Amino acid sequence: MPGFVLSRLKARLLGALLALLVLPAGADAPGQYLSLEDFLAGSFTEQAPEAKVVWLDAAIKQRIKAVTGKDFPLLRVRYWQQGRRTAWVLEEIGKELPITIGVVVADQQIEKIDVLAFRETRGWEIRHGFFTRQFLGAGLDSDTRLTATIDGITGATLSVRAMKHVARLALLLADSVAPAAPSG
Amino acid sequence: MKKMILAAAVASLSSLAAAEQMPSVEEMWKIIQQQQQEIERLKAEQQASDAKINATADAVEKSAKVADWASRTTVGGYGEHHFNHFKNKDDQVDAHRFVLYVGHQFSDTVRFFSEVELEHGLVEDTDDGSGPGEVELEQAYIQWDFTQGHSLTVGQFLIPVGIINETHEPDTFYGVERNNVESAIIPATWWETGAMVGGEILPGLNYNVAVHSGLAIDPAGNGAVRGGRQKSAKATAEDLAYTGRLSYNAIPGLELAASYQYQQDVTQGAAADGEATFYEVHARYTFGGFTLTALTAEWDIDGASFEANGSDQQEGSYIEASYKFTEKLGLFIRQSQWDNAANSAADTEIEQFDIGLNYWLMPTVVLKLDVSDQVNGSNDAVNLGVGWSF
Repeated sequence: MPGFVLSRLKARLLGALLALLVLPAGADAPGQYLSLEDFLAGSFTEQAPEAKVVWLDAAIKQRIKAVTGKDFPLLRVRYWQQGRRTAWVLEEIGKELPITIGVVVADQQIEKIDVLAFRETRGWEIRHGFFTRQFLGAGLDSDTRLTATIDGITGATLSVRAMKHVARLALLLADSVAPAAPSG
Repeated sequence: MKKMILAAAVASLSSLAAAEQMPSVEEMWKIIQQQQQEIERLKAEQQASDAKINATADAVEKSAKVADWASRTTVGGYGEHHFNHFKNKDDQVDAHRFVLYVGHQFSDTVRFFSEVELEHGLVEDTDDGSGPGEVELEQAYIQWDFTQGHSLTVGQFLIPVGIINETHEPDTFYGVERNNVESAIIPATWWETGAMVGGEILPGLNYNVAVHSGLAIDPAGNGAVRGGRQKSAKATAEDLAYTGRLSYNAIPGLELAASYQYQQDVTQGAAADGEATFYEVHARYTFGGFTLTALTAEWDIDGASFEANGSDQQEGSYIEASYKFTEKLGLFIRQSQWDNAANSAADTEIEQFDIGLNYWLMPTVVLKLDVSDQVNGSNDAVNLGVGWSF
């Protein structure tokens, strides 16, 4: 290939790379896809309820450890409840960094699951609907495993595993809090 | 006297009885108000106690974190040991790889990642460099998320081609040894130094575009691309290479990807001509416990030195099917063929059939067993391996 043509190719490629660098930064913080407020607003038809707290006793911590394989680091977990629906915001490490995931559980089934913040360098595809809709309607079987089959994403194995852990945790925790009387 | 005492006692009892009569309505209302005030006071104290308990829990959880720099630094790695029972040569035990990752998150958008590897357990300082092992810096880069969904990587990174070139921890693939198609043709593991932009175009459609140092193939040798990896070790950078990749995974369980590379001279000026193009395409689909994988890759290299021995075309492909009986046990079969001198008059293509099992003790700890049978090759073997990553 003639040198002057290649020089043009190099220049165009460099220009394209530089152009990408000056793209306007996203309005949201990098890696923050959904704020807590927006997640709660999208999870409850009425005004989001006040946060409650569930303190984790030894029994629930043992069940959590059976799911994740490690000790749960928190003493208590905040959640939001409206009638028989509870919303949970939990974090799980993907490969190196925590992924923040919101889950809404109703009648022991997942009604909604969203990625609020993704900080890893690979595996962000788990935040898209084509992946998360696999969790809808999933519950826990007698072995504390999800009742839905979740097909993975090549190259995102650890992110997929983290989301499955969070889904199982949310279902466990929802089961541990006494359901309030139906509203209305 | 007795009557007077008795009368006084009766009078006292009457007074007492009168004193214990029901309070008046006004008195009861006053008592209720006092009790209500006491209830409100106790409720306020309870709320204050709850707030203190929550604050205490916050402090406990926060204090459990280590120093800020340490909480932003991660250590990881992988490793694998192999035993190869060869049909046509001595059996071998090998500490094939011991790898450490170190990463650091400078901010939410800027991070560092590195990978150092020791291969074959021992590096000897011999005059002819004949020691069995290698110590290599495989990755060391700064990555900057310059906008949401897109990042710039600068430094030494893995070239975005193939499957195992970027994902090669032993618990992520079947077979004790990495498949020969990607090793010989990609050639994995392949890293260079340069700059790369990558990210997401649409949900499930991702891209990478990179400009980086290139291969330096000795025109006096056999021309095989694997021998041209400079590993960024005082690498000649007269002729850079340009790589692009598109990948699609918007359907759960499916990945489609295609990579293309151009390098003006893969001999870095050692030969009169060495213009090269490379492409790689693969598909992987997982459904239920089954996974099907197909990959093909090809180099086209200009130049008399390559045409002389047929290495002006180097190509390979494989198909693999696997099934996971449980989360812990999987079976695979693979048919591969590759040729680093595809235009040679001689039959230089090697075919290989593999069948084997992976048993995952933990999700990232794996035991492996497989049988490899080659046609036109000399590495028929029964292989055992243990691998881990964290």
